[in-house]
Amino acid sequence: MTAALELKNVSKQFGSVIAMTDVSMEVTAGTVTCVLGDNGAGKSTLIKTLSGVHKPTSGEFLMDGEPVDFGSPRDAIAKGIATVYQDLATIPMMSVWRNFFLGNEITVGWGPFRMLNIKKMKEISKQQLLEMGIDLRDTDQPIGTLSGGERQAVAIARAVYFGAKVLILDEPTSALGVRQSGIVLKYVLSAKERGVAVVFITHNPHHAFLVGDRFYLLNRGKMINEFQRKNVKLDELTMAMAGGAELEALTHEISQVKGK
Amino acid sequence: MSNAVKDERVQKTSFIQNLLRRPEFGALMGALAIFVLFSSVDTTGNFGQPGGIAGWTDIAAPIGIVAVFVALLMIGGEFDLSTGIMVGSSGLLAGLIVTELGLDIWTTIAIVMVFAAGIGLLNGWLVVTTGLPSFIVTLATFFVLRGLNLAVTKGFTGTVRVSETDKAANYDQAAAIFSSKIDLFGASFQISILWWIFFTLLATWILNRTKFGNWIFAAGGDPNAARNAGVPVIRTKIILFVMASLASGFVGIMVVLRLKGMQAGQGVGIEFFYIIAAAVGGTLLTGGKGSAIGAALGAAIMGMAYIGIPYALWDSDLTFTFLGLILFTAVLINSFVGKRGMKGRKK
Repeated sequence: MTAALELKNVSKQFGSVIAMTDVSMEVTAGTVTCVLGDNGAGKSTLIKTLSGVHKPTSGEFLMDGEPVDFGSPRDAIAKGIATVYQDLATIPMMSVWRNFFLGNEITVGWGPFRMLNIKKMKEISKQQLLEMGIDLRDTDQPIGTLSGGERQAVAIARAVYFGAKVLILDEPTSALGVRQSGIVLKYVLSAKERGVAVVFITHNPHHAFLVGDRFYLLNRGKMINEFQRKNVKLDELTMAMAGGAELEALTHEISQVKGK
Repeated sequence: MSNAVKDERVQKTSFIQNLLRRPEFGALMGALAIFVLFSSVDTTGNFGQPGGIAGWTDIAAPIGIVAVFVALLMIGGEFDLSTGIMVGSSGLLAGLIVTELGLDIWTTIAIVMVFAAGIGLLNGWLVVTTGLPSFIVTLATFFVLRGLNLAVTKGFTGTVRVSETDKAANYDQAAAIFSSKIDLFGASFQISILWWIFFTLLATWILNRTKFGNWIFAAGGDPNAARNAGVPVIRTKIILFVMASLASGFVGIMVVLRLKGMQAGQGVGIEFFYIIAAAVGGTLLTGGKGSAIGAALGAAIMGMAYIGIPYALWDSDLTFTFLGLILFTAVLINSFVGKRGMKGRKK
């Protein structure tokens, strides 16, 4: 099966700063691919490259086996790559349905008299959210009144509804509590079940392990490791992410300090 | 899917809460309160009568026409301090075209509207390309135009006034449409009131019923999120600047047709009236929320104060003081009510 999205030896340089070196990854439809990395590992550069903000300096970027070249995020969106940014996904003071259809409004009428089909948009947003398991009493409420997890979920539901083939989630759980994170992870899985190729970027191996099918470890701009779900345990993932040996040494040091 | 149709929790949001959530609610209550206040202190017995209403709506209409588009711009997250001076510049330009070039009134109006659109385009383009706050950019436009109004007018006429603009060909046609009076209920109403209502409805329709309106809320609410969703934020903002400037140009035309001339100092200071009307009408200064109907009601409150204060035999010098207090009180109440409205929606 061809990967929905594939990077081959992609590098990105900003002047003299090398942000990503030789990054290769494969994202398959109907799976969740987790990219794990600590702060400064190059996650943001990777997201921005995938979503069309940055152009790779070298390497290949393929979608369904075909090379693509994005000039702007709009190009990426047009090709079916939707990115849900951590804080920048929804507009708090706007209603849920307005947020859901923002940039993809349904209209009726012609020429200058074209107007929003509010009834239809309310119906569709309510139904789509319900199918994702978000039960709102009223899509007219400002989205700012929803919890952080629900807002992320609306953004995911929106991307799925508008035909995203690849859904990139930028740290969707990092600002959320345990219960809220659970809600978001549930929607990540329901997006996957709908056949979307999900790229889940996080620094939390626990969250990644709950939903991921494949794991990439990013460190200092390089892919340092790759695991398949069936071959890895949570401990290993955490260890690998924290730099394995480094963490052991740190544990040893801490226990010595405690021992004194 | 019975859930989508009927949800038992829907009843928890009462009618009152829905009303409170509307941004123009505060302005409506305010306008009613001010009307009752000036009706009760009125010494002429005329304030609530057709004659009195014709008086204060005449003041309110030209403020309201620009204020509704200033409100749209503010909802979109930007300011325009050059809207007041643009009323003057447009009127003076119209006057000079008629008196110096001798063109007919319709050509004149067309040129003035192109000029107004150009200034709006310039404001918008400067704001989005320089990234400077629109407050500063349009303040600069304001002062540049203020100086030019005076210098150019003096240069052509030798005075600070352009006059005899009614000699333009077809002047009567344009005057009939933009500055005539309608006799109704024994009083004489300015036709500008109809334009005020028309533009308020138009702006409300744009804001709440069109795709562009959705983009206005988004551009002002969170430009980054809007951009991520594919909204052309820059284009939206530039169009809003053009619309505000066109509204000023329109009022400039109305003034010059009515007064048959224009003072070089016309329009200075009025920009704050528009902003006050928008703010009183529930438009958030930081953008993302507001209403055109609210701004129109804000303009009505100002008109009532202008007529009501002398009718009550209060000191007219205190009109501005009164408007300042109204502004503060209205925005305070709006912010309180707005928070209540949001709370009422929480699950």
